[in-house]
Amino acid sequence: MLTLVLPLTEAADEAPSPLLPHTAEIIFGFVFLVLLAIAFAKVVVPKFEKAYADRTAAIEGGMNEAKQAQAEAKAALDKYNAQLAEARQEAAKIREDAREQGAQIIAEMREQANAEAERIVTHARAQIDAERAQAVASLRGEVGTMATTLAGRIVGESLEDEARQRRTVERFLAELETSESARQAVGTDG
Amino acid sequence: MTAGVPTEFTPPGPQNFETTPIIHGVDWFTKPVLVAALSVVVILWFFYGASRKAAIVPSKLQFAGELGYNFVRNSIARDAIGSADYMKFVPYLCGLFFFILLNNVAATIPLIQFPTFSHIGWAYVAAVMSWVIYNAVGIKKKGLWGYFKHQTMPAGVPVWLMPLMIPIEFISNILVRPISLSLRLFANMFAGHILLLVFVLGGEYMILHSGSIAIGGVGIITLLMALAIAGLELFVQCIQAYIFVVLTAQYIGSAIADEH
Repeated sequence: MLTLVLPLTEAADEAPSPLLPHTAEIIFGFVFLVLLAIAFAKVVVPKFEKAYADRTAAIEGGMNEAKQAQAEAKAALDKYNAQLAEARQEAAKIREDAREQGAQIIAEMREQANAEAERIVTHARAQIDAERAQAVASLRGEVGTMATTLAGRIVGESLEDEARQRRTVERFLAELETSESARQAVGTDG
Repeated sequence: MTAGVPTEFTPPGPQNFETTPIIHGVDWFTKPVLVAALSVVVILWFFYGASRKAAIVPSKLQFAGELGYNFVRNSIARDAIGSADYMKFVPYLCGLFFFILLNNVAATIPLIQFPTFSHIGWAYVAAVMSWVIYNAVGIKKKGLWGYFKHQTMPAGVPVWLMPLMIPIEFISNILVRPISLSLRLFANMFAGHILLLVFVLGGEYMILHSGSIAIGGVGIITLLMALAIAGLELFVQCIQAYIFVVLTAQYIGSAIADEH
């Protein structure tokens, strides 16, 4: 049927139609193409595909590594920042504590010093008072005795009654004072 | 034939493609068989060398091999078949592409200068293999009935057009494809070679046998034209290898494609 469509028949003296295949070439064409397909399927394609897969894996691996390194670096930075913040906070706390403590110590010291000063002042005052009282008492007694003795000697009169004696002394003292002032007035006159 | 004695010019024709056995008595061992065998050896040698020590960082040879392999794998197979199934067909498409490419380009290589595919047997066998493959994978995927339905009943066509569509689609998708595939490749190689022969033999005849200086000058121009045509042919040879493999991949892709 093909011969009706295609000029496959030829005259004896003409060249064969170019549309007529040679059997040998069909066989060789088939063998060569199958051989090439098998060689590509068994050797070339697997080798190249493996290289591609390795390449993809290497690139992805590198990217993953970089990502991991980045994450590690970030974690370290976070850690250091946290440590730094903690240290700052601690330092601030220590400073505050120290300030508080200093203020407390100063207040305590001041209180202590005040108390001490008060105590010293009170003690001194009491001592002074006592000494003064003692001095006044002894002076008065002594002056009285001396004056009585002196007056007894001068007047020759024994003064038994204490009340009278005191009165006498006081009068004497008063007189003494007045006579002193009178003598001074005479002296200035004389 | 001495210059100045005009002789009959015999134009080149199919008889120029007749090949005689290289070794007397061994009828099958002709020039196209030798060239095809050499191309197979070169392809295997090159790709074996390029892929043998395929590494993450490619050598220069591996890089060159990957360039060719990637071209078929990505630009032809993956684009036409789709990323789900294409890897199965990459070995065949690679072998087919480089086989056709080398045998076509051989027509431009000095001393070889014969396009293997101008002998139609090679084109037939390549086209029939592609035809068997795309029909087989289509039937395997969709079943015999499902595959024929897929190939002959385009979706969205009204039912009353089906009596028209089914024969047309059957003829164009099943019957004509292997013929068009093989004839396209064969005819391009055949015609290109004849064209080149016309210019070369004609130029030679005009220079040596015309006996006229003027015609001899035209003969020189004719030879220069032959050079330009050889360049054009080199381009056509590469393009035809590409077209053959792209169409094969396209047919495979459409045979296993899901309903559109």
